[in-house]
Amino acid sequence: MEQKQPRPLSTVQAGETVKLVRTNAGHGLNSRLASMGLLPNVEITVVNNTHPGPFVISVKDSKMMLGRGMAHKIMVL
Amino acid sequence: MNKINVALAGNPNSGKTTIFNMLTGARQHVGNYPGVTVEKKEGLCKYAGFEITFVDLPGTYSLTAYSIEELVARNFIIEEQPDVVVDIVDASNLERNLYLATQLIEMNVPLVLAFNMSDIARRKGLLFDIEQLSKLLEAAIVPTVGNKSKGRVELLDAIVKTAQQDKPQRTHKVNYGSEIEEELTRIEAIIIDKEQKMAAKYGSRWLATKLLEQDPDITAKVQNKEVLEVVTPSIEHLNTIFADEPQIIMADRRYGFISGACQETVKSTVESRHSKSDVIDAVVINRVLGLPIFLLLMYLVFLLTFKIGEFPMGWLERFFSWAAKTIAAFWPAGSEALLKSLLVDGIIGGVGGVIVFLPNILLLFLAIAILEDSGYMARAAFIMDRIMHRIGLHGKSFIPMLIGFGCSMPAIMGARILENKRNRFATIMVIPLMSCGAKLTIYALIIPAFFQEEWRGPVLWLIYLIGIVLAIICVKVLRLTVLKGETIPFVMELPPYRMPTLKSVCIHMWQRGWMYLKKAGTIILAISIILWAAMSWPKPSQESLAGLDSEQAKQKQLAYSIVGRLGRTIEPALTPLGFDWKIGTALIGATAAKEVFVSQLSIVYAVGSADQGSQTLREKLQANYSPLTAFCIMLFCLISAPCVATVVMTKKETNSWRWAIFQFAGLTALAYFVTLIVYQLGSFLIG
Repeated sequence: MEQKQPRPLSTVQAGETVKLVRTNAGHGLNSRLASMGLLPNVEITVVNNTHPGPFVISVKDSKMMLGRGMAHKIMVL
Repeated sequence: MNKINVALAGNPNSGKTTIFNMLTGARQHVGNYPGVTVEKKEGLCKYAGFEITFVDLPGTYSLTAYSIEELVARNFIIEEQPDVVVDIVDASNLERNLYLATQLIEMNVPLVLAFNMSDIARRKGLLFDIEQLSKLLEAAIVPTVGNKSKGRVELLDAIVKTAQQDKPQRTHKVNYGSEIEEELTRIEAIIIDKEQKMAAKYGSRWLATKLLEQDPDITAKVQNKEVLEVVTPSIEHLNTIFADEPQIIMADRRYGFISGACQETVKSTVESRHSKSDVIDAVVINRVLGLPIFLLLMYLVFLLTFKIGEFPMGWLERFFSWAAKTIAAFWPAGSEALLKSLLVDGIIGGVGGVIVFLPNILLLFLAIAILEDSGYMARAAFIMDRIMHRIGLHGKSFIPMLIGFGCSMPAIMGARILENKRNRFATIMVIPLMSCGAKLTIYALIIPAFFQEEWRGPVLWLIYLIGIVLAIICVKVLRLTVLKGETIPFVMELPPYRMPTLKSVCIHMWQRGWMYLKKAGTIILAISIILWAAMSWPKPSQESLAGLDSEQAKQKQLAYSIVGRLGRTIEPALTPLGFDWKIGTALIGATAAKEVFVSQLSIVYAVGSADQGSQTLREKLQANYSPLTAFCIMLFCLISAPCVATVVMTKKETNSWRWAIFQFAGLTALAYFVTLIVYQLGSFLIG
């Protein structure tokens, strides 16, 4: 069985649910993301991922918009 | 009377402000936390024989040191030691909201939780075992519905009861797991040993937690090297075990604690798949429809502010005219008494000009309040972000800049919606380049005088366009030099759409309007008087005025006064631009308010009090200047120093005279150089 590699959140299609592995955004931002609920193992559902258009995810009952740069730095499985 | 101090904390979008309004009514006061441009709101409430003071802390997701709002909130709690901290929680989004509560619990504050939006929670099918949860979190819990004013009395009761209890001795703490707990104990021991003062102030466990999290603020405050020498290997050790930073693991454990507490006490009965908000969003942030809908809404905001505002503005203008006439009537007709002139021209003229804008300001903030409270603002920011990002600004910058086309003052105030300081300052600096309504009076005077029918529209467009292009260039330059730095990466919560309540929207609107009146009004009054004096003195002798009609007399007077002389003095500097002392005088007067340019010019050309529609004035201008000069006049007015009101507002919003002067001087210098180049080049090509 192939080991699945973590991929950036930005590559996930709308409707998919993935698990967060790690965030590579530097201290302050990692901390902020963590306090908003984006922690290892949390489930993220991608709500909207169209170009152009906001990248919208749903985490723990709330919706968030991310810049694409941000979405690139969040690794999921 | 006994006093209780309460701090209100909570996530953004949790309805904190609504609860604050519900508790304090109209008895509120808005200021700033010392040294920072973070808004501080205080309010008062008398209940059950107590005088309760509420401080509304900035909305935050946690209490780290990574943003100014969080630091301000945290420091307030530590330094001011409020008797009670009320954490306002969005009950329909419990787990994420309780993260802040765990941090407050760790700070060992007397805590009350307001489960706000409990009606939405119930609709979502959530049931809470309040008693049990209250025991687990060791805090009183009160369900509230802020925007329907439900739960007020119960909340006040809980506050009073908690204030009268002894300081909590918490038994249920977040357990970080054996590895981290071990390190915490080690660090705690050395803190108690070597940093007693800090331990007494902050609590040793809390300090240990922060140090392990590499909190920049606390780490900087710890003086003793031995403490740091224990902390660093602890962090490394944990990093190795967990393959991740301790702060992440600790955040995870906090959510674990919350999850555990909620699993026992929160039952979900209904599965809601597609909420109303999702449906609305499908249209609003749609690829195709998003931008047009946004532009339409912006147009409506503009319409509301300036078209509807026209009516009350008209009433105010008429009122001030009437007031001027009535006061002038106290003196015999034609009298040039000093006091009369001061009251009518100086005070009513100056201050009246500012107050006349009040309806605009109120309507603008009404519109912004509605957009924010309904949740649309978050979507708007994102739609504009891509375009703004290319310039180096945040999506939200679009809104104050749009307002700037009407009037710079409220636009600069509106820049408050930008949280990032660099973005905010950059936006404020270039707002005057969005040609405002007052400057339009200047174009309306000049364009018909110098350009033929078919050219008039395009020339006007050209002026506006030049303003926008220059603004973009200036922002880019500012962002590369003085305001260097990363724009905050974009991550923002999308709150569900909500119906804004009339009450909260009105309170928002009134608060900002009152600030405008107070601050701008007093300084502008002072400066109006100074300018009036400079335009009236020194007076030429009575003999030299003999034989002149009233218009010619006024012309001579202006030439004789300080402003007139100043105009002559700077004339040599203005000649390369194609200007003369008459234009110079008008420009100086225009620093009070741009409309003054037209009235000053009319005095200088002795055509009596003319407005921009005056043919006589236009004829005089045409006789004296070339179309090139005329264009340069407009160019200069477009770019140059903003009116006094704007400068004052810039100072207020940036909290520094340096930036206000930078804006003033920078724009004037830019105006000078651009006009110089255009005039010289133009003369060369034409002449």
